[in-house]
Amino acid sequence: MTTTTIAGREVHVNDEGFLTEYDEWDETLAAELAQNIGVEMTDEHWAVIRFLRDDFKTQGETATTRRVDTVGGFPVKKQFVLFPKKPAKKMAYIAGLPKPHGCV
Amino acid sequence: MTMTDTAPAIVPNFGDEDEVDRKLVIICSKGNLDMAYPGLILANAALGEGIETHLFFTFWGLDMVTKSRMNDLQFTPVGNTAMHLPIGDSRMPQFLTPFPGMVSMSTKMMKKQIADLGVPEVPDMLEQIVAAGGHLWACRMSYDMMKLTEDDLYDGVEAVINATDFMEKSEGGQLLFI
Repeated sequence: MTTTTIAGREVHVNDEGFLTEYDEWDETLAAELAQNIGVEMTDEHWAVIRFLRDDFKTQGETATTRRVDTVGGFPVKKQFVLFPKKPAKKMAYIAGLPKPHGCV
Repeated sequence: MTMTDTAPAIVPNFGDEDEVDRKLVIICSKGNLDMAYPGLILANAALGEGIETHLFFTFWGLDMVTKSRMNDLQFTPVGNTAMHLPIGDSRMPQFLTPFPGMVSMSTKMMKKQIADLGVPEVPDMLEQIVAAGGHLWACRMSYDMMKLTEDDLYDGVEAVINATDFMEKSEGGQLLFI
């Protein structure tokens, strides 16, 4: 286990820098995570991130881009615009969740 | 007790700054349900990784993007000695595989197993691939052989291209033949 300081506080992260403790996350932290990877957060970004957080709470795993589309209602195309190139990983990183496991 | 190290902030590398963009080209040559998925799953994964992705549909693979066929690709256990049966770890005896009704039964079974995993049907996979920026191309020779018209093809197909066009489009790409 590794800890690091983000937004002025100690959090647990894995070797890639993804948060490992669901409860250590909040939106102040997310804003800094987003900034780290060059994503400028807008209301639309926040809506996706909040969906991912809520979905993880009930499902126990990170939603794939497919699920963010079909269940969350954020079209895949939109996800690529908001979180360019690697939406699944970037969304998970900002939401403080593990990378999705599913293939689709 | 868990050992905890304090590390400087690590920011994952999402490869956004990489100068050489990776490119993947998948040739889909089969029209059986089980052989449609590998290309679609990999294409979808590649796009999610920011990789430029092209799918080239040729021969029976053209069925994957033919409107009248794409919704009901089928699976046959004929010639597939690995065919699992739902009972224990048994295999289906090959002499049974060509029996009437076997194709529809095994297709139904496979579709259910795929759906149970939350993996979409072929047309939905294609839609997602196109939404993610994937490129779909149809093979000219197969298209002519099967006497298709542009209206017969799925709307996401960008063009019907010949072998030379394919060489141009696939330049610098990693190639996968399925």
